[in-house]
Amino acid sequence: MNYFPDEVLEHVFDFLTSHRDRNAVSLVCSLWYRVERFSRQRVFIGNCYAISPEKLIKRFPGLKSLTLKGKHHFADFNLVPYDWGGYVQPWIEALAKSRIGLEELRLKRMVVSDESLELLSRSFANFKALVLVSCEGFTTDGLAAIAANCRFLRELDLQENEIDDHSGHWLSCFPDSCTSLTSLNFACLKGEINSASLERLVARSPNLRSLRLNRSVPLETLQKILVQAPLLVDLGTGSYVHDPDSETYNKLKTTILTCKSIRNLSGFLEVDPRCLPAIFPICLNLTYLNLSYAAGIHGSELIKLIRRCAKLQRLWILDCIGDKGLEVVASTCNELQELRVFPSDPLGIGHDAVTEYGLVAISIGCPKLHSLLYFCQQMTNAALITVARNCPNFIRFRLCILDPTKPDAVTMQPLDDGFGAIVQSCKFLRRLSLTGLLTDQVFRYIGMYAEQLEMLSVAFAGNSDKGMLYVLNGCKKLRKLEIMDCPFGNGALLSDAGKYETMRSLWMSSCEITLSGCKTLAKMMPRLNVEIINEHDQMEICPEDDGQRVGKLYLYRTLVGPRKDAPEFVWNL
Amino acid sequence: MEGSAGNHEVCPQFLDFVPKEREWLVNRDGQRRHGPSEEKELELRLGPPGNQDWSMRDSARKNPGDKSESLLSLGYFSSMSSMTQNISNGSQTQMFSASKNPVGAVISSSCSSSAYGYRGKTQHNQQQTKVPSFLQLNSPLQGLPVMTQEASQRCCTEAVDIQSAEKKAFSPSSATTAVPNSSQKRTAPGPVVGWPPVRSFRKNLASSSSSKPAPVSQNGVPDKVTSRTPVETCRKGLFVKINMDGLPIGRKVDLKAYDSYEKLSSAVDELFRGLIAAQKDSCPAGIQNKQEEEKALTGLLDSSGEYTLVYEDNEGDRMLVGDVPWHMFISTVKRLRVLKRSELSALSLGSSKQEKVRH
Repeated sequence: MNYFPDEVLEHVFDFLTSHRDRNAVSLVCSLWYRVERFSRQRVFIGNCYAISPEKLIKRFPGLKSLTLKGKHHFADFNLVPYDWGGYVQPWIEALAKSRIGLEELRLKRMVVSDESLELLSRSFANFKALVLVSCEGFTTDGLAAIAANCRFLRELDLQENEIDDHSGHWLSCFPDSCTSLTSLNFACLKGEINSASLERLVARSPNLRSLRLNRSVPLETLQKILVQAPLLVDLGTGSYVHDPDSETYNKLKTTILTCKSIRNLSGFLEVDPRCLPAIFPICLNLTYLNLSYAAGIHGSELIKLIRRCAKLQRLWILDCIGDKGLEVVASTCNELQELRVFPSDPLGIGHDAVTEYGLVAISIGCPKLHSLLYFCQQMTNAALITVARNCPNFIRFRLCILDPTKPDAVTMQPLDDGFGAIVQSCKFLRRLSLTGLLTDQVFRYIGMYAEQLEMLSVAFAGNSDKGMLYVLNGCKKLRKLEIMDCPFGNGALLSDAGKYETMRSLWMSSCEITLSGCKTLAKMMPRLNVEIINEHDQMEICPEDDGQRVGKLYLYRTLVGPRKDAPEFVWNL
Repeated sequence: MEGSAGNHEVCPQFLDFVPKEREWLVNRDGQRRHGPSEEKELELRLGPPGNQDWSMRDSARKNPGDKSESLLSLGYFSSMSSMTQNISNGSQTQMFSASKNPVGAVISSSCSSSAYGYRGKTQHNQQQTKVPSFLQLNSPLQGLPVMTQEASQRCCTEAVDIQSAEKKAFSPSSATTAVPNSSQKRTAPGPVVGWPPVRSFRKNLASSSSSKPAPVSQNGVPDKVTSRTPVETCRKGLFVKINMDGLPIGRKVDLKAYDSYEKLSSAVDELFRGLIAAQKDSCPAGIQNKQEEEKALTGLLDSSGEYTLVYEDNEGDRMLVGDVPWHMFISTVKRLRVLKRSELSALSLGSSKQEKVRH
């Protein structure tokens, strides 16, 4: 390939879209490294503290699209304190100072301030897409800045963020000249928005294909919007409540008939089930249906709806659908690839919850299933074995029994064999979450069979260090390991320190590791950041007492050493 | 690790998982493997078993009378068939006709052995030998739909007892695993930070959709840890203004605190009682006025009282309170007003159904 001019190499590299492939080619030789870096436009950074913005900018001057992830996954479950870190401000400042023509920014679990959004909106003339997932720290004022200043904005996608809603006016900040919107998602906003502004915005956005409303948008507005945007592909309803005998509702029914392009449907945070028939006509076209916020729809109505959705590929639902409902899914949705069943009553024991029966039914009816998130009341080894047999194509398998140490509901045995069957049968498994009564044996199976496993989440499992060792030794492709409340100690932590440099991160909370083990590890591995998070309300941790157990350990590989923005309660050893 | 008595147990380990007090018969093929062939030991035979023929009879755990030798997967099907009777026949055939799926094949072959009145062919159980050994694990299958609920209830309530019992059962047999004491530490946790692994707003979904006030977060998360703002919408009240004829100063009510018109009505009554008394005459609201006040504000919702309650909806129309279901009222109400009944006719009221007079 050295005989080719650089342009040819570049052209070939253009066909490589995945960042892993591009990372791989850049390692071949310095020539390829050079060609690759100048031609790279999209960069994915899985841990914002693994590299600095300056280094990023230096290496990829042609950067147009940046994806950054901040806090650890367990921040979703309140295990990471609010001010742990993950600030986007330094990144935006550095990019703004440079000559990077940033067009897209995608952030996950980062702290974003209004100042950051304001700076972002003013610094990049061609900025097109802002996607914020599980972020926090900003208000609708920041959104107003984005709306007002980004003249060519195409995408504003807010997913599950914590946003201080100062209400209403940010939508009106989109200038009349803004006609480029293709995707607008503000479903996570809690406050009111101005319906008239919204209607006008939709009316002047002919390319709008994805629109997800928040719960304050009434049904009347939805109907008017749909009239303006019959080409919508992705719709998230607002408040789906109205008198089904009203004229508005009848109008909605008629309007929906014209929306033949809708393939994704979500929302329903507020829902009157009597209004559901309006969407029946489009159900057959749906490939993605998210009813996981629709606690107002009961099992039987859910079933009525799902019976019409024969082409579903992705379904997110609440467990009030019950095993019976899952059987309906199994018999109706034979194209199903991804299923997520969320708990409608996570802190209690629901009557309509799902069990192993529902899962087995799904595995029989949906042979194409490759991604599963399943919150259930109970599970059995036999069911898991059956599922493993029926669905060998799992890429993601996340099972969460709400009582985390529950054994096989029939035999009362650990669920080791069931999960063992899963990892043995599903040779492409990349992500696995385990719950139930589990011994070291399950980890032995995982270490042996889960060759493609990249992410493993474990809680309340295992008996000894051996469990963790099996995994560390066996799973060659492991990138993320997150453990809570398992009896793994220093022996496991320190057995193969080099392994952690091949991974993105390790999280261990409420395990048996001690401060001395962490200190030792930090000493051995200078290219890891070993962070101990001390909660304020835990007993004061004395830095000298090496024998004390560590509440939360988060370690990750990095090229830039300990971070400078760590708060007091985070120790970098 | 290798020296411990555990390695040879993998195949028999499955067998050892069967507590002795049960009636399951287990075929020990007596093959004990050591050392380098550990991999084979760990081999979970999802494929047709070579020489292992595990035939397990049905457990007497839940249904002592049940002696069927049907397969577990069969059990699932049988329960499902009874549950899915109402589903179109097409779907049922679908479940059976997954031809590539050995589970399906087994179903059709061994239906007859089922004690559950299962429709199916009457081939015999010979094909069972092709079935992966795991699928021959039996469980009490009769009336499974019912069983599940029982099981789940029992499991939930007896979890702790069962766990301690089964620990005794399998600690001698599974020698690789450490003493259950350590697992005991981790069993049945109370509210644990980070459990269950759902995002905060999902924890209150069920309550936020009904009219009940949202429960306080129960998972013991310290306030510092959660985000600064209250997470769920359901915690925020729905405050609407309420004015009363003749009173220059209005009030605000949190509609989310009520779940019915009756409660709202009595709340409105309480709110304005004092104000009316203060305004009526110069003497402070005293006991002698109480009866008058009570008379004044009852019957808000029907035609009996002196006053009536109306509201302005999201389309700007004035509507009589009480016509629509509560949840619909909540979603459309923007402000409330207490009117003197005598003034009703003087205003143009929108009707709740067809006619809407826009101001």
